[in-house]
Amino acid sequence: MSSHSITESSSRAKWIAGSLVILYALITMLPLVWIVMTGFKSPADAISYPPKVVYEPTLEGYVNLFTTRTRQTEDYLLANPPENWADEIVRQYDMVIVGPSKFGERFMNSVIIGFGSTFLSIFLGTLAAYAFSRFRIPFADDLLFFILSTRMMPPIAVAIPIFLMYRSLGLSDTHLGMILLYTAVNISLAVWLLKGFIDEIPREYEEAALIDGYTRFQAFYKVVLPQAATGIASTAIFCLIFAWNEYAFAVLLTSATAQTAPPFIPTIIGVGGLDWPAVAAGATIFLLPVMIFTIVLRKHLLRGITFGAVRK
Amino acid sequence: MAEVVLNGVSKAFGATKAVVDMDLTIPDGAFVVLLGPTGAGKTTTLRLIAGLEKSDSGTISIAGDAVDTLTPAQRDVAMVFQQYSLYPHMTVRENLAFPLRSPYLKTPEDEIARKVLNVAEVLHIPHKLDNKATELSGGEMQRVSIGRALVRDPAIYLMDEPLSSLDAKLRADLRVELKRIHAELAATLLYVTHDQIEAMTMATHVGVLDEGNLVQFGTPRDIYENPLTTYVAARLGQPRINLLPADLLESAPPPGALTMGLRPENIRHGAGREANVVRVEHLGDQTRLHLKVADHDVITLTDPHTDLSVGATIQIAPLNPLFFDAQGARIG
Ligand SMILES: Nc1ncnc2c1ncn2[C@@H]1O[C@H](COP(=O)(O)OP(=O)(O)O)[C@@H](O)[C@H]1O
Ligand SMILES: [Mg+2]
Repeated sequence: MSSHSITESSSRAKWIAGSLVILYALITMLPLVWIVMTGFKSPADAISYPPKVVYEPTLEGYVNLFTTRTRQTEDYLLANPPENWADEIVRQYDMVIVGPSKFGERFMNSVIIGFGSTFLSIFLGTLAAYAFSRFRIPFADDLLFFILSTRMMPPIAVAIPIFLMYRSLGLSDTHLGMILLYTAVNISLAVWLLKGFIDEIPREYEEAALIDGYTRFQAFYKVVLPQAATGIASTAIFCLIFAWNEYAFAVLLTSATAQTAPPFIPTIIGVGGLDWPAVAAGATIFLLPVMIFTIVLRKHLLRGITFGAVRK
Repeated sequence: MAEVVLNGVSKAFGATKAVVDMDLTIPDGAFVVLLGPTGAGKTTTLRLIAGLEKSDSGTISIAGDAVDTLTPAQRDVAMVFQQYSLYPHMTVRENLAFPLRSPYLKTPEDEIARKVLNVAEVLHIPHKLDNKATELSGGEMQRVSIGRALVRDPAIYLMDEPLSSLDAKLRADLRVELKRIHAELAATLLYVTHDQIEAMTMATHVGVLDEGNLVQFGTPRDIYENPLTTYVAARLGQPRINLLPADLLESAPPPGALTMGLRPENIRHGAGREANVVRVEHLGDQTRLHLKVADHDVITLTDPHTDLSVGATIQIAPLNPLFFDAQGARIG
């Protein structure tokens, strides 16, 4: 006896669905793969036409990304033999490494500002969402609408007032300024998403904890937070992706001190001709933290994106 | 364990009066069951005592002290919720230990281990202690919720229909178990249910709720034999009490009586008014006869091995009838 169940798809349907997913993945991955590949090419291979798929990999792009170099006279080069593999790579062009580039610093700025603002958005967002979800707050609906309304136009539309405000407050080109800015943009998203997740958690859990001898805050911390973990993780990923990739404000408000990686990476190209491998190397390294963060939290993300619908 | 007293307690949600001017004394060591249909205010009464709701008026005292301004933790009560009370992110063991670890109780770990195991054994779940709460069956979950209350030694245990989601067999087992626990711990319990069997089998005292009003409070036997209103009379007894016109079977009912309440077992056969058998239900241990007397339905019990069949005619006469006036209040 065999019968077709509607929940159990036939092997043919599975095969088609699987192929479509793989095809889609290949198409979306292609630019990414190309960037990673370009990072390991020589500048000549990077711009050769037709494009090279098979090539001899080199770390030149990475060396150029992390160092500043200068051209030297033949005498100097002969008198100072290369000290390591990185030196050898730049000697091909009669250059020597004179020091580190700004990339490491810019990357650290991105880490501080991206994760700092994500943490702050989630911290404040969770507290606000809990309050909106559980307590009778005067004008709660109006407040929630106001919070959402901050996202009704693109943040960059208010760039000029923010630019002037930051200048007079001394927040321009500071880590704190960028953390506050990205938090301000992300917090509306965080409050709304997290309120949805917390609304899904039955109040009885906290009430049971209150009766079991815990304070309101302890009940929140021990009972609500662990159950909101899924929602918090997925909200954090959204916040981090925005803060990490943000370009326009970073160009406008940061320069010497707090510049993040996105405005910095394109400037690499101007250092010594069209150095595509260095740009690609920078983009590759820049992608890693968000990828790692997402992979670490992906178990939560998949369940979280469905907004609690499948949570049990 | 302690006496709990409600004095004129009221609670309304908007226009809904959930609890109306309730006076209730739960004696120390009593097993009080509040009986009422859905929406009668049972859950609200428990939440008021636990401190999860604030009363609109009246006072609640536990062990002689007014608790109206205290937080739930300070009131020292344990509660089993109707649903959702296990913490899903914890194991059974952690769930059971949770109240003991509270800053309020701060129990030493070795004592926690001992108490948790003890309660798990009472509830037949020691092999489930390391399961996640979400990996349990409905019956096991409810036993763990009861266990989470039982690990404590509070002033009173509040239980909100803890058995209503279980199957009949488990319900019967746990009824016996709860009764035993009550006797062993000399615990004070306030248990609310819509199930009259739970009320009759476990309670030392039964309170009957009708739309937020406590209409009668007494021993199960007292409530069964001396209901003050037709509402109370109809809440207890299986099959239900027959509510008939006062003069249907009695030639001289007391003055003012409109309704006669007659328990199925209080009907004598073989004399009195004629009745037609319209249905015979053999339940094994008893047989129910559905009768028609001048267009009125009457249910009575008879011998399990009766020969009576549909269409037969018998004579019936009342035994200890209860009379109620036009408002449904008892007059004799
Ligand atoms: N939080 C609330 N908000 C509004 N109405 C409520 C609330 N809680 C209970 N009620 C109402 O109060 C009445 C009593 O409810 P409840 O105590 O839950 O009854 P029971 O537990 O006996 O079924 C019902 O009419 C119910 O709709
Ligand atoms: Mg209820």
